[in-house]
Amino acid sequence: MATVSLSGVKKSFGKTDVIHGIDIDIADGEFIVIVGPSGCGKSTLLRMVAGLETVTSGEISIDGRRVNELEPMDRDIAMVFQNYALYPHMSVFDNMAYGLKIAGTPKGEITARVEEAASLLQLGDYLKRRPRELSGGQRQRVAMGRAIVRKPAVFLFDEPLSNLDAKLRVQMRLEIKQLQRRLGVTALYVTHDQVEAMTLADRMVVMNAGVADQIGAPLEVYGNPQTEFVGGFIGSPPMNFLDVSLGHAMPADAIRLGVRPEHMQIADAGAQTRGKVMYAEALGAETLVHIKLPDGSIATVRQDATKPQPDEGTEVGVTWDKADQIAFDAAGKRC
Amino acid sequence: MTAQPDPLAAAVTAPKGRRAQPDGMVEKRGAGLWLTHLGLIIGLLFIFFPIWLAFVASTVSQPEIVKPPMPLLPGDHFFENYRKALVAGVNAPVAMMMLNSMVMALGIAFGKIVISLLSAFAIVYFKFPGRRVFFWLIFLTLMLPVEVRIVPTYEVIANFGMLNSYSGLIFPLIASATATFLFRQFFMTVPDELAEAARVDGAKPMRFFWDILLPMSRTNIAALFVILFIYGWNQYLWPLLITTDPSMNTIVMGIKQMFPSGDDVADWPVIMATSILAMIPPVIVVISMQKLFIRGLVDSEK
Repeated sequence: MATVSLSGVKKSFGKTDVIHGIDIDIADGEFIVIVGPSGCGKSTLLRMVAGLETVTSGEISIDGRRVNELEPMDRDIAMVFQNYALYPHMSVFDNMAYGLKIAGTPKGEITARVEEAASLLQLGDYLKRRPRELSGGQRQRVAMGRAIVRKPAVFLFDEPLSNLDAKLRVQMRLEIKQLQRRLGVTALYVTHDQVEAMTLADRMVVMNAGVADQIGAPLEVYGNPQTEFVGGFIGSPPMNFLDVSLGHAMPADAIRLGVRPEHMQIADAGAQTRGKVMYAEALGAETLVHIKLPDGSIATVRQDATKPQPDEGTEVGVTWDKADQIAFDAAGKRC
Repeated sequence: MTAQPDPLAAAVTAPKGRRAQPDGMVEKRGAGLWLTHLGLIIGLLFIFFPIWLAFVASTVSQPEIVKPPMPLLPGDHFFENYRKALVAGVNAPVAMMMLNSMVMALGIAFGKIVISLLSAFAIVYFKFPGRRVFFWLIFLTLMLPVEVRIVPTYEVIANFGMLNSYSGLIFPLIASATATFLFRQFFMTVPDELAEAARVDGAKPMRFFWDILLPMSRTNIAALFVILFIYGWNQYLWPLLITTDPSMNTIVMGIKQMFPSGDDVADWPVIMATSILAMIPPVIVVISMQKLFIRGLVDSEK
């Protein structure tokens, strides 16, 4: 249990700058998700916290102690890797016990702690098996068990669910969240999946090309994206970006306008713009209607399935409330 | 997939690429099957015949061998000939030569494995200046067989006073570029995350090597051990050069030393018994390590 703080953290590989200075203060027990597209530097940032990458400049501290120069094992962290990185020749028990064994923990305590973690993760029956005899979800649990038994101050997760199938991912997501709540350990979680970010995070960090575009609670980030990138990245289907001339009374320096699909309605009365229905995707509870606007851009309207579904090729009007539109300036910033 | 009885057995017998199609293997029936077997049996007989002759010759007496129609069935001097070979030999007792060969072959095999594991570990996992240069230097030695550098090597060993000693037999042959290269390739297929996970777990580099890398390479080590043991056992030129004392002779060169010079009569039954004895340890090593050996060459288990 600890706080983590990053101040002015930068990373460059040779002459290429990967991370351009990140400041985050993470409270004790907080679940922080770092989300962003591939190549934005999110994994590098996590690996710097873990001590697997050197810090080019800036300071990382865990519980108020500067850790830049410390080896991973001295930082009081545990990490769960994307491909689990289980030792293939060791049993589940040995995999989980390895860190404790190196630390010289007494045998009895190792057994007790591994068994406790195993029962927490429902791995009790599998302790003697090798990793290759386990399913993907079980391997994932072993990887988490390996992190838990060390009772670290901080959990680091590097896209831990991306190798699982969709259904298992949802289930493991819940388990990770419950586990973190129960243990009360500070967690840093990297993912490219915005649904994971939304559901897991106490606060999320949206990263774009080595910069933290926005840091905030999931709903805050969703409702009030500070940059065009955040608006487009968080939310599925993504935010519609329209020409500024279509909006209700816009600020002077705005050049783009963003509206979430669920905030748009198909209505002829008082339509902001009109367009041709390209196709409609009926998802059961809701329908996504893709409309081609006169300027060639495509807007997606998310409407309840009970509403009438327009035929493809018909022309419809699109409207939205003034309160739901977000204006962005030339630099992509909120204005 | 139900037609595949045991995935492990299939993995051992089939090359990796073919494992995916257990049912698609062409099945030979009728005449084709018999012809294939006939061909294989004839081939086997061809290869086995000289060994059989050697065995027969080692069980008969000297006059029986020299008499023109060579016997094709074992005689009744088996125990006598083998006892004579093991205890007395011609220049040195064969038991002693076998011990020498065993020490040399094991020394070379273990030494080569240890050295190449460590150097491959250094080359793959550590960033140090001149890493590539060192790799290529090691690789370069592949191009220089023992015979090419035999004179300078002899000079060095002689100056160290290692003639007629186990260390003289083993050390010049103990570095192996091939094995280093093999382990390097294997280590490069081990996911980086494993090293990182070990680092997070607090394992220092040598601990990681010992606890994780070594157990993971065990099939490779076994395969190499078989190859290197036979390589060491079959060394001929080098032991011939540096062992002048018959008590240090190895068995492969010892056989040659048994041939008489001048007008002496060769004791063929004893020489043949020695040849058969010389074959036994490599055969035992190959048979006992066959499974691991094939898995080491075929499998890429991670």
